[in-house]
Order: sequence, then C-alpha cells, then structure tokens
Amino acid sequence: MDITKELESLRRDLEEHKGSGNKLSMVVFSGDLDKLLASFIIATGAIAMGMEVVMFFTFWATPALRDKKKRGKGKDIFGKMFGFMLPKGPSKVVLSKMHMGGMGTGMMKHLMKKKNISSLDDMIALAGELGVKIYVCEMSMDLMGMKMDEMIDYPGMELAGVAKFLEEAAGSRVQLFI
Amino acid sequence: MSEEIKVDATMDLKGLKCPLPIVRVSKKVKDEMQVGQVLVAETTDPGAHADFPAWAKTSGNEIVKVEKGDVSKFYIKKLK
Repeated sequence: MDITKELESLRRDLEEHKGSGNKLSMVVFSGDLDKLLASFIIATGAIAMGMEVVMFFTFWATPALRDKKKRGKGKDIFGKMFGFMLPKGPSKVVLSKMHMGGMGTGMMKHLMKKKNISSLDDMIALAGELGVKIYVCEMSMDLMGMKMDEMIDYPGMELAGVAKFLEEAAGSRVQLFI
Repeated sequence: MSEEIKVDATMDLKGLKCPLPIVRVSKKVKDEMQVGQVLVAETTDPGAHADFPAWAKTSGNEIVKVEKGDVSKFYIKKLK
C-alpha cells in the first residue's frame, strides 16, 4: 500500500467531515419573546462564525412565525380558536417572565429600542438575509390548524418533520433546544 | 518599536449591540476584503473584547492589534 496515497485519502476524508459538521441545529420550541430573541441572536452569530444554521420551529414557537396581515384559508373551528388565542407573529409574542399584563413586555421593547438592541422582527429579517434555514414542524401546524399561507415571508421556509431535524442534527457539531 | 499597520478599510460599528458587530464584520471580511488586507472595526460594545477574538479564531482570521477605549479598535487581518 502506498503510504502517501493513503495519507492523502485520509486527509480528504477528514476535510469532508470537517465541512459537513460545521453546522448548528436548533429546535425552537418556546413562543416566548426572550427565548425567540436568544435563538435568533445565536443563529445569526453562528452564521458570522462561518457555520451553517438550521432552525426547526415547533409547538409554541410556530405561531410566532405568522404574519399579522395574512389569514389562513379553510380553517375549522379549532383552527380558528387556536388562531385567535395564539400570538399572531413576532411583534405579538411576550416575555416568559415579567410580562405583567403587557406592561413588562412593553417596557422591555421600549428599553431595547432605546439601547439600540434589534427587535425580533429585525432579527428574523437579518437571519433570512444571512441564509439561516427555517423548517416549520408540520405536526404543530396541523395540530393548531395553521396554514403556510398565513406565515411570514421568509426565504426558503419549509415544512418538515422529526426525521429532517434528526438528519440535520446528526450532521451538526452544535445542537440546541430552546 | 511598533510598526505601522497599513489599513485597507474601516468600519463604524459604534452603538451596535450583539450580534450585529460580528455579523457585519464577518460579512465585510468575507465579501469585500482580499487576503492579507486589514480592516479596522470601531466598536463600543464591551462584549466585543471576547467576541472578536473568538470569531477570528473560529473563522481563521487574525486580530493583529487592539486599541482599547470608549471606542475600541480591532485591527483584523484577513487570512483566508
């Protein structure tokens, strides 16, 4: 066996391995403003670090991706109820702590603006620009009666299930559940 | 004796908060800078003192000089 050739092939395998693993996979489960913000800060930061980023939105995080100006068509009574009760998009989600009937969240948003911290809407737009991939859990959408035509315009946003997440997670060096 | 560093571009990141300084710098370095060129990033974000070196190490670039102050300056050399 030619040792130089073998070394060359091993080196190539290693390079390929390196490239495929430089990825961050995130399950975004929470529909809280604070946790969503943290998710997007980490996601955009990871792109800056040269990583590929995949976010999976499931359960309470899915309604946070709705567009407040759009309406889903063909909903049954439960879908309509869920639609009414859940926050309609990034500007409607609230803090996990100290919401205080809206006062706390309002004050936090005011402070963020004053201190020049990006809003959740801005962070989502930035993530889209940078190429953060977003998958939305098909089961959550179905359970809560949500439709893709009521979601925000986000480049490349797709429906997916658990297998897609696991495939991405298995090929990622960093995995988070938020 | 400190040798003079040739600066090719400067970025004003004053007032920007995490993660924007790193996001903007990485984009600029990737899209607009040539290998060997030096970018000076001016920032008021205290987190930058941990973030810029971490970013440089991970992305394979080099911080050649740091001037600390109310506005800190990071001299970033593109290596690849």
